Amino acid sequence: MEIILIPIIAALVTAGLGKRSNVWISTLLSLIPLAVLYTYFTRFGVDNGWKTIFDLTWISENIRFTLGFDGLTGMLLLLTNLMVPVIVMAGIRDDENRVKLTALTLFMQGALNGVFMAQDGLMFYIFWELALIPIYFITLTMSGENAFKITLRFFLYTFIGSLAMLASLLYLFLHTADYSFSFEALRAVELSRIESIWVGAGILLAFVVKIPLLPFHSWQADTYTHSPAAGSMLLSGIMLKMGLYGLLRWYLPLAPESIEFFQPWIIGLSVAGVLYGALIAIRQKDMKRLIAFSSLSHVALIAAGIFTLTAEGLEGGVLQMFVHGVNVIGLFLVVELIEKSTGTRLLGELGGLAKSNRSFMIFFMLLALGTVAVPFTNGFPGEFMLLKAVYMYNPNMALLAGLTIIFCAVYIFRMVQFSMFGEGKHEVSLLKWNEYVAFGILSVAVLLIGFVPQLFIDVVHSSILQIVTWVSEAKGVLS
Amino acid sequence: MNLLSIFNQVEISHYIYLSTVLFSIGLFGVLFRRNAIILLMCIELMLNAVNLLFTAFSTYMGDADGQIFVFFIMVVAAAEAAVGLAILVLVYRNTRKTDVSFLDQLKG
Amino acid sequence: MLTLMIFLPLIGFLINGLVGRFLPKNVSGWLGTAAVLGSFILAVMNFNALTAEAGQLESIHQKLFTFLHVGSLHVDFAFQFDRLSAVMTLIITGIGTLIHMYSIAYMHEDDGLYKFFAYLNLFIFNMLVLVLGSNYMMLFFGWEGVGLCSYLLIGFWYKNVDFGKAARKAFVMNRIGDLGLLLGLFLIYSTYGTFEYQDLFSRVFTGTDASSNVNTAIALLLFIGAMGKSAQIPLYTWLPDAMAGPTPVSALIHAATMVTAGIYLVIRSEAIYALSPFANEIVMWIGLSTSILAALIGLKQNDIKKVLAYSTVSQLGLMFIALGCGAYTAALFHVITHAFFKALLFLGSGSVIHGMHHEQDIRQMGGLRKKMPITYLTFLIGTLAITGFPFLSGFFSKDEILMSAFAHNKLVFGLALMSAGITGFYMFRMFFVTFHGTYRNHHHAYEKVHESPLLMTLPLLVLAVLSVIGGAVNLPHYLGEGISGGLHHLLSFDGGGQFSPILIYPEHAIELSHTAEIALLAMAVSVFVIAFLYTRNKYVVKGSVPEADADQQGMGKVLANKFYVDEAYDMAFVAPLESASDVITEYVDEKALKSAVDGVGTGGYGLSKLLSKIQNGNIEYYLLYMVIGISLLLAFNLF
Repeated sequence: MEIILIPIIAALVTAGLGKRSNVWISTLLSLIPLAVLYTYFTRFGVDNGWKTIFDLTWISENIRFTLGFDGLTGMLLLLTNLMVPVIVMAGIRDDENRVKLTALTLFMQGALNGVFMAQDGLMFYIFWELALIPIYFITLTMSGENAFKITLRFFLYTFIGSLAMLASLLYLFLHTADYSFSFEALRAVELSRIESIWVGAGILLAFVVKIPLLPFHSWQADTYTHSPAAGSMLLSGIMLKMGLYGLLRWYLPLAPESIEFFQPWIIGLSVAGVLYGALIAIRQKDMKRLIAFSSLSHVALIAAGIFTLTAEGLEGGVLQMFVHGVNVIGLFLVVELIEKSTGTRLLGELGGLAKSNRSFMIFFMLLALGTVAVPFTNGFPGEFMLLKAVYMYNPNMALLAGLTIIFCAVYIFRMVQFSMFGEGKHEVSLLKWNEYVAFGILSVAVLLIGFVPQLFIDVVHSSILQIVTWVSEAKGVLS
Repeated sequence: MNLLSIFNQVEISHYIYLSTVLFSIGLFGVLFRRNAIILLMCIELMLNAVNLLFTAFSTYMGDADGQIFVFFIMVVAAAEAAVGLAILVLVYRNTRKTDVSFLDQLKG
Repeated sequence: MLTLMIFLPLIGFLINGLVGRFLPKNVSGWLGTAAVLGSFILAVMNFNALTAEAGQLESIHQKLFTFLHVGSLHVDFAFQFDRLSAVMTLIITGIGTLIHMYSIAYMHEDDGLYKFFAYLNLFIFNMLVLVLGSNYMMLFFGWEGVGLCSYLLIGFWYKNVDFGKAARKAFVMNRIGDLGLLLGLFLIYSTYGTFEYQDLFSRVFTGTDASSNVNTAIALLLFIGAMGKSAQIPLYTWLPDAMAGPTPVSALIHAATMVTAGIYLVIRSEAIYALSPFANEIVMWIGLSTSILAALIGLKQNDIKKVLAYSTVSQLGLMFIALGCGAYTAALFHVITHAFFKALLFLGSGSVIHGMHHEQDIRQMGGLRKKMPITYLTFLIGTLAITGFPFLSGFFSKDEILMSAFAHNKLVFGLALMSAGITGFYMFRMFFVTFHGTYRNHHHAYEKVHESPLLMTLPLLVLAVLSVIGGAVNLPHYLGEGISGGLHHLLSFDGGGQFSPILIYPEHAIELSHTAEIALLAMAVSVFVIAFLYTRNKYVVKGSVPEADADQQGMGKVLANKFYVDEAYDMAFVAPLESASDVITEYVDEKALKSAVDGVGTGGYGLSKLLSKIQNGNIEYYLLYMVIGISLLLAFNLF
């Protein structure tokens, strides 16, 4: 509970302090939940199932305010509470809107923590929507001239998805024995195959829009491109993971009978999305847009891996969720710094930045390598496992999805080349302490996961095992 | 033979006929009259038709719930009439009219 | 000791990478060199431990930690020092040390010297991981890692946009190969359930798990990876462009070590290749065509490094011919000797470029032998070694390949001999034009041309000696049974009944009669002599100078333009990909998908305009609707 309340209080404090707050204060405030998370890990462990750690009667005896913790939740909480400080520390450089952005980001942190911990269907839904509110304000008020149109598209997309999910959850709720929204009760509902497909479709719609999967992605590029950096980072780095987390935590256990029906579709769309995003990214001139499409491509691979239902796919998927969060936030941070120093983020106008700031170059290169998935950086183990999982599902799919390792090298190194190398008239200003710390955190994450991925996989292993068991049990019931 | 027993001798069907007639009069009034005051009165008439039915069935079934509802309806109807008349007075002050067919500023 | 050997270069990389910019240049340079030298010394010690007379070891195995353990996938971060890795390690660290030393002088003017040494050390580390990993996953780490270092080093002078382009081309082409390798790895795992060499090969050996089709598929997929890394058709075009990097990089990465990784991969996977004759044929023919194609292109190149680059591609092709014929020892032998003389030649060319103030066009050179005596002498030795001058290292290794080709298929032998012959033509052409004749450069006075410092000539001398005596590692048996076939014995060592990880299928000694052998030798030598005499006559006696690319006619023009392969690739792959990207961006993403989504919005708006007609604001109508609605509701309930 603390981990949800503290950021929200911090948001209020920041908003209350107004111009008197500064980067120091907001960074410290955003770091507190990380300490709380550490106590969660030590107190509850990661191998004890999805343990309820907070429970309160809420709307009724059976619609409760229940929070759970396990490895999967822990992993995503770690991502959220590690990345939000990075964003607060270095990603918010807009002086005019700094207070507003910081407060909204902190609020978002609380809501996201709620999403990842909720053990009650209704609560999950409410936090899911709650997380939409700050990003709505960020995109609506700070995205420049087309803000309204972009925000409306984004909002309608996610909202329609959410409503479909609510409908599915309600259907399950009405079929529980004692009208309960608790995860266990919803999971215990036995559905026929056709019911399961409908319920699953509703839940899936919310998640595929958020992930986003081809063809539900057209909100993404514009939103990323025009939002302030903090918004793009929150959206791509953490909020997307809500969709993937939802797949793992809510879709697979609640509608396992429908998996077989959706599996070929989702994997097909994902692989198509991998190529689609990569192909578009190859020719983008705007760095933010390029990263947006690269992100589309990478996340689609995670979705494909999850839907193969293999241990490699699921655990690699979770690892890659973390990794993608780190990399994409890092890259957006890089672009933000470049844009603030030079006033542009178009590749044609940049070049030769490497000579002006070497440490910046190193950090950029490291994050780029992580994205390209070079061994000993964080992208590699996850991508390897995901591709292997897809290979096990269908070797031809793996060939197609594997093209991403070529395309990714093309567009990422193209971005590095035309921004950092060659000759150019612009310079990147020297890094300040907060930027050093932010890049430091990201770089450690890149290398640590690259060298010892097993450390992170062990965290989620038993949660994933649990999900796999549920799914296979449900399949057993059917056959 | 007290009054209550006389009421009890009237068959339930008569109450239903009566309240149906009252309700229909109210409904036709609401649909075809244009004077707002008459509209409000017709609504009252419809509500009272329902009240009658409630009371009748309450007695018939020997269950007090229906009569409790009647009290609610009376209270709400009184409040509604008060608010409605207040609005009407204001409308009249502004437009010098009580004919509802002219009050269409809210069209979509 | 094994771990230290591998991680020393990484430590060097970290020191130079993190604090290098605060160190004086010499310190950075010597630090980088010391790291590799330390590695080399440890490698020698490990090698001795492996082959000590008493109690020979099959391999030294060391597991550090579990890298991945998920589901059925288990990958250890482990190293295995066996005879094959040992040979590779000695080449990598030995030649690496020399080239590091050379670079201290060569790069001394560059401000990014510390960065250069950091990258070089990182490369050595990755290369060691590649050859010392105990499973295919480790190999893949190193494989990608050296690709990355190659990218960084080719684009080392990052201000030049063309260099950056060459670097990206190299990386992307390698990645195409990597995809093949990756799929090969997946297939290996799904077939045999392990990446670990020892387990895997014993399973392959027992042979119950897979049909030969699967083995062929694995072998071909792995070979796609080898094509990328070892620059074979169709993925060879990156290597000549990679010459954009500093010359020591070309010597170390693009001649001596990294490009032989593909050969290493095939030798390592001998157990799988041995089961697939079809894959072997493919390897052989690809190697053969690459060898001839690159040699032909080499005939008309005027950039000193480009000639050497095409020569490298051609020599790699020769090695693949050997692999395809099943002559694994011959291939490895040629890897070793090639590492010696090609590193020598590249470093020599670097010395020339250094002396000529960064001039690379041989038509601008000439008569350098008087100004650069040591470079001249060593370059001569290198040239003789590569062209097969009798009893130099290249002579033995190339002849061994030719003989195995002869035993395998006479046509292949003929074509391979032709390719080896062309080597003589382009190498002597380059050599004579560069060092003999008259000086032809107008930008720099002849007087300003100078010999390189000792730090650069010393590695040249060492490599020259090695190029001369390098053949000793595997002398042919006609020189006497006692001293011959050292490498062959090393590789076919049988660990006393235990499962041997390298060369499971002992190679049959090539059974050729003495007359045939001597005839073959005579043919090889005569090809050499013809090439020498022809080029000497043309470029020394007649003193002609090669035409500029623009003046080439007919076939010469086609060769100078490298058969237009780059242009063809641009047309066939790059351009369609880019236009596909544009089309998708504009029509699918912007127009089709976005308008579909916006269509939902527009449709909703239109519908709302339509429906709002009903809301005419008149309360009577609303009441009517209400009554109708309630009546309908009642009606539905009743019936």
